[in-house]
Amino acid sequence: MNSVYVYCELEGTKVAEVSQELLTKGRKLANTLGVKLEAVAAGSGITGKVEDQIIPYGVDKLHIFDAEGLSPYTTKPHTAVLVNLFKQEQPQICLMGADVVGRDLGPRVSSALHSGLTADCTSLEIGPHDDKKLGKHYDSLLYQIRPAFGGNIVATIVNPENRPQMATVRSGVMKAEILDPDYKGEVIIEDVAKFVPETEYVTKVLDRHVEAAKNNLKGAPIVVAGGYGVGSKEGFDQLYELAKVLHAEVGASRAAVDAGFCDHDLQIGQTGVTVRPKVYIACGISGAIQHVAGMKESGIIISINNDENAPINQIADYVINGTVEEVVPKLIRYYKQNSK
Amino acid sequence: MSLKIVVLAKQVPDTRNVGPDAMTPEGTVNRSALPAIFNPEDLNALEQALRLKDQFPGTTVNVITMGPGRAAEVIREAMFRGADGGYLLTDRAFAGADTLATSYALATAIQHACPDVDLIIGGRQAIDGDTAQVGPQVAEKLGLNQITYTEEILSLQDGKITVKRHIDGGVETVESSLPCVLTVNGSAAPCRPRNVKRVMKFKRCLAPMELPQGTDYADLPYASEYEKKPYLKIGQLTCADINADLQQCGLAGSPTKVKNVENIVFKAKESKVLTGSDEDINALVQELLASHTIG
Repeated sequence: MNSVYVYCELEGTKVAEVSQELLTKGRKLANTLGVKLEAVAAGSGITGKVEDQIIPYGVDKLHIFDAEGLSPYTTKPHTAVLVNLFKQEQPQICLMGADVVGRDLGPRVSSALHSGLTADCTSLEIGPHDDKKLGKHYDSLLYQIRPAFGGNIVATIVNPENRPQMATVRSGVMKAEILDPDYKGEVIIEDVAKFVPETEYVTKVLDRHVEAAKNNLKGAPIVVAGGYGVGSKEGFDQLYELAKVLHAEVGASRAAVDAGFCDHDLQIGQTGVTVRPKVYIACGISGAIQHVAGMKESGIIISINNDENAPINQIADYVINGTVEEVVPKLIRYYKQNSK
Repeated sequence: MSLKIVVLAKQVPDTRNVGPDAMTPEGTVNRSALPAIFNPEDLNALEQALRLKDQFPGTTVNVITMGPGRAAEVIREAMFRGADGGYLLTDRAFAGADTLATSYALATAIQHACPDVDLIIGGRQAIDGDTAQVGPQVAEKLGLNQITYTEEILSLQDGKITVKRHIDGGVETVESSLPCVLTVNGSAAPCRPRNVKRVMKFKRCLAPMELPQGTDYADLPYASEYEKKPYLKIGQLTCADINADLQQCGLAGSPTKVKNVENIVFKAKESKVLTGSDEDINALVQELLASHTIG
């Protein structure tokens, strides 16, 4: 049976967290289907350095492409790696991160193989599908589930006929869990020249700066998140103050980012970061599915909103009916008073 | 040096104002029920094209958009801001296309209408789908290199383009030879506004699809103008015009199918409702501290 594949993204010789999250998910999908999990790593000087970061997640076969021109990532050589490997191996599923690399590479590969690709999935499952028009039944397809249309609906997408079924998933949506530190997986060092013709090395990277993430939203125990209801950039200063006293991180909804109240890095939700803090304080956030997809697994949710009917109140443990402007300074004041 | 530039633009439903009738029972978007706007990042793309036109006189900027008759509005808007013209790619056969079928139609239209294109520029993604797939897929179909997440074009000379692009946690400067495809990030320079003179000049621009059914430009109140000024007629391309393979267009050419669509109703939790009064906030903070939830 055809395998499940995960494309492992590398920064130098470090495997991206999102790839390890997908390996964990990929292992589960492969178990459901009764097939192998295979992984692809392409970079330079990676042999002997990436195996331990990949195989323990339950990878049966790791294909390593190690050559000078494969790092840093550029579009065409990595496309050639996947397209030519997939033509040979015929995987049934391929997963990759929905970050800059995955969103540059995924569509290119899907176009070359004429296979369907679904971006930014928030859930992946295996299930049957009936095409009523064609009267055809499929036993086990990949359900690619994602909020769509500005987060107003949730759609389940399937690729009945074309392989591989491709999906990208954002960092933090799935959880990374090592299956077995001593898992026995086969490592294949592929002959890069066979897969990537010299003519594919067309992008020259002249300069590159990567900094460690400015915030620690993903791992923060408390998140203070602001939405459109915060009203302004200045309004966010209050949230920073609250976050400081609570030792929390500040996040935001897409509406707040789009309105220019804060930086894009702070966006929580389907097209931003997914968080699972102990406490989530939603300030002036209405709660579109798009946003809720990125925070619904928070421990305790506190919603501050002057609209009693804001959808987020439905999933909140505490609903404070009031404006952000009025309530946040009070939270700061009483926290300082009571925590002494 | 003059360039031939194609800008890919999309008219999108304004997803910020969505009503209950926004989706059809088949799970596709009911576009007629929503206000339509110029996809925001495609405006950033247009600005990059217009800057090259400023820099290299003689450069032409043409917009290609796929959609129904009213999508020609995007082409007019682009002309008001500085584009030379455009093509409305419109056909029933394109309906229900996923990103792959869309990119097939766009790539085929580019080959037909602008075969000697130097640069294709589009927005990173459209707000109705957020997939960011069409740009790279068009590039692949045309066998061109791509630079996604463009922040700024730094230079263009000797058939090479240098671009600053956004990457995860940083920026990268890359060089590619032309022709190639760029997709532009929303954080790039905003698009210039409409130019009043251009609005006056192009306000009567119409695509054939926009004319009342069964009428021609000759039946319009300003018929003579359309005869004297051919640029008022927006180019229109159908499936047949570009010799597109019907099997690769629209629903038929889309590997992805929408299995089902749900309007999610949140499962209500038992929530404690408080007011913003000092007493309530004080009590809440004390409760959270007592349970070691915070602090």
